[in-house]
Amino acid sequence: MKLETLLFVSWGFLWAGYFALDGYDFGVGALFELLGRSSVERRLMIGSISPVWNGNEVWLITAGAVTFAAFPRAYATIFSSFYSLLLLLVGALILRGVVFEFRGELKDPRWTGAWDVAFAAGSIVPPFLFGVIFGNVFRGLALGADGFSGSFFAFFNPYSLLTGILFLALFLHHGAQWLSVKTGGALKERAEEAAGRIWYGVLLIGALFAVYTSYATGLYSNYVNHPGWLVVPLAAVAALLFNKYLLLIKNDLAAFLASAAAIVLFVFFALAGLYPSLLPAADGGAGGITIDNAAAGSYALVIAAAALIIFMPLVIAYQLWVYGVFKGRLLEEDVTRDEEAY
Amino acid sequence: MSTLELSRMQFGMTTMFHFIFVPLILGLSVLVAVMETQYVRTGNRLYLKMTKFWGRLFLINFALGVVTGLFLEFQFGMNWSRFSGFAGDVFGAPLAIESLVTFFLESSFIGVWVLGWNRVSRRTHLFAAWMLVLGANLSALWILLANAWMQHPVGMQISQGRVRMVDFLAFFTNPYSWLKFLHTMFAGFVVAAFFVTGISAYHLLKRHSEFFIRSFKMAAIFGLISSFMVFLVGDEHAYEVAQTQPAKLAAMESYWDTRQPADYNLLVIPWPGHNNNLIQTLSLPWGESLLATHSFGGKVTGMNDIPADERPPVIPVFISFRLMVGLGLLFMLLGLAAVYFVRKPRFVRRRWFLWVMLAALPLPYVACELGWVVAEVGRQPWIVYHVLRTAAGVSANVSVSQVLASLIGLGLVYAALASTDVYLLIKLAREGPDEDLARIISPEMLRRPR
Repeated sequence: MKLETLLFVSWGFLWAGYFALDGYDFGVGALFELLGRSSVERRLMIGSISPVWNGNEVWLITAGAVTFAAFPRAYATIFSSFYSLLLLLVGALILRGVVFEFRGELKDPRWTGAWDVAFAAGSIVPPFLFGVIFGNVFRGLALGADGFSGSFFAFFNPYSLLTGILFLALFLHHGAQWLSVKTGGALKERAEEAAGRIWYGVLLIGALFAVYTSYATGLYSNYVNHPGWLVVPLAAVAALLFNKYLLLIKNDLAAFLASAAAIVLFVFFALAGLYPSLLPAADGGAGGITIDNAAAGSYALVIAAAALIIFMPLVIAYQLWVYGVFKGRLLEEDVTRDEEAY
Repeated sequence: MSTLELSRMQFGMTTMFHFIFVPLILGLSVLVAVMETQYVRTGNRLYLKMTKFWGRLFLINFALGVVTGLFLEFQFGMNWSRFSGFAGDVFGAPLAIESLVTFFLESSFIGVWVLGWNRVSRRTHLFAAWMLVLGANLSALWILLANAWMQHPVGMQISQGRVRMVDFLAFFTNPYSWLKFLHTMFAGFVVAAFFVTGISAYHLLKRHSEFFIRSFKMAAIFGLISSFMVFLVGDEHAYEVAQTQPAKLAAMESYWDTRQPADYNLLVIPWPGHNNNLIQTLSLPWGESLLATHSFGGKVTGMNDIPADERPPVIPVFISFRLMVGLGLLFMLLGLAAVYFVRKPRFVRRRWFLWVMLAALPLPYVACELGWVVAEVGRQPWIVYHVLRTAAGVSANVSVSQVLASLIGLGLVYAALASTDVYLLIKLAREGPDEDLARIISPEMLRRPR
């Protein structure tokens, strides 16, 4: 495999990991006002993700930085082309990020109420925007010599809006299952029920997306040329169906893992379709950004690949250790006993 | 206003705002880890209380450091896409390694540190504290490697209009980086030391408690060592700047005519419009030569020998540098005084001194920001020194209205964050370690191991 391809796959891996991990954080936040009926339940919800969310978000920062190091021109073009959407995204992520520290510092209900709204909004907006951005990447943008400089409203085309809704649905589903794994009592039951219902939404929107993608994008052409690659989307569908079965037999941990697998496989399905483009030009026009015209020199690619190969296993090992430290369900007693902690 | 001007304003605003939080993270993580180490070593619960109290202030600050850092990574691509496309081959690598090695480290272990008190052993918890120190300070190393490369580009070639990395080792061992890293790290330690002595002084002015006496002592020693280190490394760093960036040095000193040997003028009033100083007097013979070349007879290049289109603005760089150095001297003096006074228990009755230490709390923050003005404004008009001009690095596909909107939007968000942060920090700092402070200072409690 050539270096550029290896780094493209690593890049896809980072995005897949990011969405499978921060995806449930977003889901928990998006369901915050809906599922958290009491202040204790809301603290349970935040408590279930507060030890890990920060480590999850670093997957995004790493995906961005690896784009920069391995495909500088892609980083430059994508980030400047999506200027306004990224600004909104960062704003929402900033808002969500400070909630964990700020919300519990004062006991005034107006204070917590305001942060509750910030938390929910900061968790609903990013998944949708990620979807809109990736939807536009899949479709391609009208690229000039310096990238995209068209209207802000051009980003909100039907296909990208659908992708946004799909991301949101996937993460709502994922987050509800995280709550079902990590909490107990009435909250767990409500989350379990919600996951079961949202599943139908994911299936429906996913099916629409799969069909619309064939009209709006060129993602399927790789699958026509390499039918063997179809194993990825088929596995994604299988993971989603298996997930429903596991939800029905109430094996919540396995269901959550199947949902994570479905997200990872979905991301790989889309990115394998994109390959070797990183940002195609709209309507198959010229000027698209590919791994070949965007890649750093081979020396820099070796450095980036070496850093990924050496450090990523280490990162995964200690992140797993952190999950081990916080294993088990968080119960109402935990948050009421330790006022400071949650 | 052009996209360039607005993007520069935005970069200045977002990085300077980010750097309100970074130095305290660098230094306070060390102090808190030392407190926890003392607790694990001695079993004295006073150190546990100290760890938790200062740790809580650390965490609020850490959260803001994290969220404000997010935009900085995006900004290179959003506002400076031509720079990113041109220089990413070298510049991207340290950012990727920073994420992979250090951001993951600190963000993963912080969860264990904050919420793992009852879930892991004391030693494991302490390990998490030191991993935080390592993650925070090493991330500073990697980002400063990237910044130092913009100041003094090494280990690269230019081919087909783009930078190519050819020697990672040369990049990694760039002497400019390591001096800059040590200077920044010790500056962060000074910020944290004065943060802790300042808040401790506030409480000691109200009432004497063992908790704040110990905190004060620990931070005073830390501050003394760090303030001397930051100055020593700073001097070395200025020497390095003089060798690699003569135009920046000329701006820092408002030095116009090349001289050999060169005097150092204590009192200078720049007059950039006339390429000269209005007043320069109180000269120390050979002073500038010693500073810039480490020799008595060294030649120092003046601004008038720098081509007009390669000169940084003199006034902001000169004023920032002088103020920073003056503050640096003050920190050494205050550090010496603090360590001298705390030897005797009656230091808590020297109220004037406690007031001074409280008033000194914000000064190291100011010095840090001034240092960045010297470094970044002094690099102008280059974004990569003598390789790419700042004007050639700005995004060409981003409009004035987009940058104006982001500048205003981020400005509002940051203002809200800053006021919330300051409000919470002051509130918590004034409250002090809430529960049973009285019990903590009883002597039996101090001796009784857990």
